[in-house]
Amino acid sequence: MSETESIEGTTAATDTGGRTSLRERVAFLKEDRLGFAGVIVLTFVVVVAVFAPVIAPYDPAATDYYASFEPPSAAHPFGTDNAGRDIFSQLVYGARPAVQVGLFSAAAVALIGMNVGLVAGYYGGLIDDALMRLVDFAYGIPFTPFVIVLVGLWEPSLWTIVLAITLLLWRQTARVVRSAVLNLKEKPFVKSARTAGASDRRIIYRHIAPNVLPLTFLYGSFAIAWAILTEASISFLGFGDPDATTWGQMLQAALQSQALARDAWWWFTMPGLAIMATVISAFLIGRGYEEQLNPQLKE
Amino acid sequence: MGKKEFVVRRVFQLVVLYLAIASMLFFLFRAAPGSPLATFIGTGFTQAQEEAIRESFGLNDPLWLQYLKFLKNALLFDFGLSYTTSKPVMQLVGERVWNTLVLMGSSVVLAYLFGVPFGAYLAWNRGELTERVGVVFALVSRSAPVFWTGILGIWLFALELNLVPAGSMTSPGATFSSKFALYTSLDFWHHAILPAVVQAFYYYSLPALLMRNSMLEVMNEDFVDFAELKGISDRMVMLRHAARNALLPVVTAFAIAAGYAVGGSVIIETVFAWPGIGRLMVNSVVANNYPVAQGTFLILAVLVLLANFAADLAYGYIDPRITYE
Repeated sequence: MSETESIEGTTAATDTGGRTSLRERVAFLKEDRLGFAGVIVLTFVVVVAVFAPVIAPYDPAATDYYASFEPPSAAHPFGTDNAGRDIFSQLVYGARPAVQVGLFSAAAVALIGMNVGLVAGYYGGLIDDALMRLVDFAYGIPFTPFVIVLVGLWEPSLWTIVLAITLLLWRQTARVVRSAVLNLKEKPFVKSARTAGASDRRIIYRHIAPNVLPLTFLYGSFAIAWAILTEASISFLGFGDPDATTWGQMLQAALQSQALARDAWWWFTMPGLAIMATVISAFLIGRGYEEQLNPQLKE
Repeated sequence: MGKKEFVVRRVFQLVVLYLAIASMLFFLFRAAPGSPLATFIGTGFTQAQEEAIRESFGLNDPLWLQYLKFLKNALLFDFGLSYTTSKPVMQLVGERVWNTLVLMGSSVVLAYLFGVPFGAYLAWNRGELTERVGVVFALVSRSAPVFWTGILGIWLFALELNLVPAGSMTSPGATFSSKFALYTSLDFWHHAILPAVVQAFYYYSLPALLMRNSMLEVMNEDFVDFAELKGISDRMVMLRHAARNALLPVVTAFAIAAGYAVGGSVIIETVFAWPGIGRLMVNSVVANNYPVAQGTFLILAVLVLLANFAADLAYGYIDPRITYE
C-alpha cells in the first residue's frame, strides 16, 4: 500500500511538486544562488532580531539632544535622528517586529489557507461553494485600508497587525491549494485509498496534504514578504505599535521631522534598505522554489 | 449559460459581496472598544445632552434595527455626516474620488507600458545574464516600499534637483473652472508625475513577471513550434505568435493591478499630500471620524470589487475559449 502510494505520489509531482524529503526540497538552493542569498539574508535578519540587545550599542529610544542630526561617525555608524537617537541601534531593534510579523503572519496564512483549500477542494459541493465565496469576499476587501481600520479601531499592537494581515492574506493560498486538490483527488492513489476504506480525514491529511505542502511553502514565503511590507506601511502611516521600534516608524519620523530638507540621508535611506533587503530575500526564496515546482519557468 | 445571464449573475454577486463587506464593517466598528461617540461627545456634556445626541444618531435603537438601517444606507451610498465638518461623507468622497482614480489610473497605465515589453524582453533573453539581472531588478522594485521610494523621490527630484513639487495636487492659489480643466492642466501633471512614477515603479513588476512567465509557457505550445517549422524568423514568431497569446493573462491582470493600486492609495497619497480618498481615510481613522472612515473604506471596497468584476468579464471577452458556467 505504502509502496503504490509513494509511486503515485511521484506522478503527482508534475502538478504540485510531489512528495520529497526535506533535503531534496531545499536542494534547489545549491543551484539557485539567488535563492541561497535570500536564505542567508533572512537568517541574518532573524539572528539580528534575536540578539538585538547584544548587537545594538545604544538604547534605541535614548535621546541625546546635543547629538541630533549627526552624520555617520565612529560613535554612530549610521548617524543620529532629530532627537539624537542612534540610527544603527534603531535598525537593529527594528528587525524584531519585522521578523515577528513576517514569520507569524506567514505561518498563520499557510495553515489557514492550506486547510481551507484542502477542505474545499476535497469535499466540493456546498462546502466548496461556501468557502470559495468567503475567498471572493476576502478578495473584495482592500488590503491596506482593512489593516488600517482594524488596527486603528483596536489596540495598535504588533499582534493586531498580524491578525489583520492573516485575516485577508490566506485567500491566495486557499485558492491555489484548492485547485491543486481538485486535480489530486482524481489520482489513482486517492481513489485506491478510498477503496481501501481510509477515512476522509486520513485521505486529506495523509495522502493529499503532503502533495500540496510545497505549494503552501511557496505562498508562505511570499506571505512573509507581504506581511513585512504591510507592517512597514502601517507603521509608516502612524498605526504601528507605539512600544516597538520599527523601520516604518523610523521613516515616518524622518519624513515628519524635516530629515529631507536637512539632507539627513542616513536617516531616511537606511530603514528603507533594511525593509527592501528583508522583503526581497523572502521573494528570492519563493522564486527559487517556484522554479523548482514549475520547471518551465527555469532557464 | 449565456453571456447575458453570466453578467447578470455576477452583478448580483457583486451586490451581495458589497453588503457582506458593509456588514463586516458595521460589526467591526461596533465590536471596537469604546463608545462609537466617544470622540464626538465632549467631556463637558451633561447626561441629557449626551442622551439627545445618542438619540439623534439612532444609537438607542436595538442593534438589529441599527444594522438594517446601516445596510439600507450603504446601498444608497449614504454614510452620514462627517463628525468634524458636518458635511455629508459622500460629498467629501465625491470631491476627492477622481483625484484618486486619475492618479491610480495613470500609474497603472505607466506600469503596463513599461512592464509588458520588459517582461517580453526577459522571456526573449531567457537563460542569459540580462534575464537574471532583469528579474532581480523587478523583484527589487517590488520589495522597495512605495512610501520609501516616494521619500527618496521627493528628496532627489523635488528638494535636490527642484524639478517637481514635493507634494499636493496643485500650486497654491491655482483655481480651475472644472475637474476636466484641472486634469488637463500642466500644473496638475507637474504635481502628479512624481507620485505616478513612484507608484508605477512598484507595480510594473506584476505585468513584467506575468508576461515573462506567460511567454515562457506559450513558447512551449504546438503552434509556436509549428510557426518555427514554417521557417518564420524567430523575431516574428516571438512578436506575432508568442507575445500575442501570452498577453491574455497579463491583460486580465490589469484590473487586478488596478484593485491593488486602489488599496495602495492610502500610502502614496499620504506621502505626497495628495487630496484623494486614500488620504481622507487615513486622516479620518486617525481622528476617529467614524462616518468618514466607514464611507471611504466602503468606496475603496466598491472600487476593488468593480476591478475584480472587470477582470472576470475581460477574461471571458478576450479568450473565447472560456465558457460561462
